Amino acid sequence: MYLRHGTFSYLAELTDDEIAAQVRYALLNNWPVSIEYTDDPHPRNTYWEMWGLPLFDLDEPDGVLAEINACRATFPRHYVRVTAYDATYTKQTTALSFLVQRPVEEPGFELARAEGPDRRQIYSVRSYATERPQGQRYGG
Amino acid sequence: MAAEGSANGFRLARPGVTDTRPSPPSGDPAPEELLSEDALLDLSLDLAGHDVAETLTALDAELIGLANVKVRVREIAALLMIDRARRRFGLTSSRPTMHMSFTGGPGTGKTTVALRMAQMLHALGYIRKPKVHTVTRDDLVGQFIGHTAPKTKEAIAKAAGGVLFIDEAYYLFRPENERDYGQEVIEILLQEMENERANLVVIFAGYPDRMDRFFSANPGLSSRVAHHLEFADYTCDELMGIAELMVAGENFRFDEGAHAAFEEYLTVRMTRPRFSNARSVRNAIDRCRLRQAKRLVEARRPLSRSDLITLSERDVYGSSVFDGPGQEVGATPCRTD
Repeated sequence: MYLRHGTFSYLAELTDDEIAAQVRYALLNNWPVSIEYTDDPHPRNTYWEMWGLPLFDLDEPDGVLAEINACRATFPRHYVRVTAYDATYTKQTTALSFLVQRPVEEPGFELARAEGPDRRQIYSVRSYATERPQGQRYGG
Repeated sequence: MAAEGSANGFRLARPGVTDTRPSPPSGDPAPEELLSEDALLDLSLDLAGHDVAETLTALDAELIGLANVKVRVREIAALLMIDRARRRFGLTSSRPTMHMSFTGGPGTGKTTVALRMAQMLHALGYIRKPKVHTVTRDDLVGQFIGHTAPKTKEAIAKAAGGVLFIDEAYYLFRPENERDYGQEVIEILLQEMENERANLVVIFAGYPDRMDRFFSANPGLSSRVAHHLEFADYTCDELMGIAELMVAGENFRFDEGAHAAFEEYLTVRMTRPRFSNARSVRNAIDRCRLRQAKRLVEARRPLSRSDLITLSERDVYGSSVFDGPGQEVGATPCRTD
């Protein structure tokens, strides 16, 4: 199952040049860029692990790409995303967020049903990948 | 109703169905058409050449002296112009390296030339932005293990696509300290300087004697720096020219007496310790302005425009340089005419 996550998720996967162009667009808008990774693809998992601190005061994407590549090298089988923050609302607001790496095999989700009070059905979604402990998923 | 000619009801990708989405256009935009073997190329039609000519003219007008530096800057400009012309004919060659070292005393215009150099390299398309990111040892070297690499990489990221200007670069290397992290900075810089795609130009700047030791200790670094520019100390006449430019730039002027007095001041000042060329001239002029302001306020009379812009003899002779030991007013000024 191909996970759809964030901006551009219905497009073909971005090449490094396209990623650089998107990052440049974010930097031109004065959005600091941050790199995050995770191996828990659950849709409710909003806060991923941060790869270092957000990259402030840049005006060219080279530095961001170098960090992305470092993150990919360290976590070759994790999801990696780039998030651009817009601070003009005086809060940390995500202006743009897109995946730059995904695992090769994505096993997808199981729909679990439970019987609630009054015979109500309660549904939950569980990723097959999370059967294994963190860091050992996706064959990593 | 399914869309015409598509198995996907709402154009959503379905497993097992061939993807009918248009593929993004591949490849680079068409390159400029190559010129034929017998074509002639007029360099004056190169648009970049125009910007470069402007930068070079500004360099000549704003910087006094530094003849060898100006010659070298022109050579670099010419090299890059010819490189562009060669590419038009499809003659590929490796990208010329542009890392430089600027050695010279304090106040000899190293930073100014670096700014101009960035503009010129940008005009010729060698770097992506005409920006100089100035760093010193503190911005590169960490205070504990594992702190240096992120700091250096951050500086490189900020300078990416432009010029990284390392001031007082010789401080990076401290042979007397075994556990100094400066060596790590140099290693990371070497990697970046080798990187073709980074299009980052690194300029090392510092005082001549210490820079010589710095480069002799790092043979790998010295060989990767293509251009070693030496900034000579200014002569008295050149300093006077710089003073004229600065004064005119601030909308002041020296009157006759002040002119002679300032030449005298420079002659005395140059023999004193901690003389730092143009920067000392700038400071001297600032203090002349202080004394002029005090004089005008104490005069207690209506002021004309010419009062406000004229620096007089008294403003110069008020300097503490003239009441040093064995200095009598009237020491030989630098011009012999």
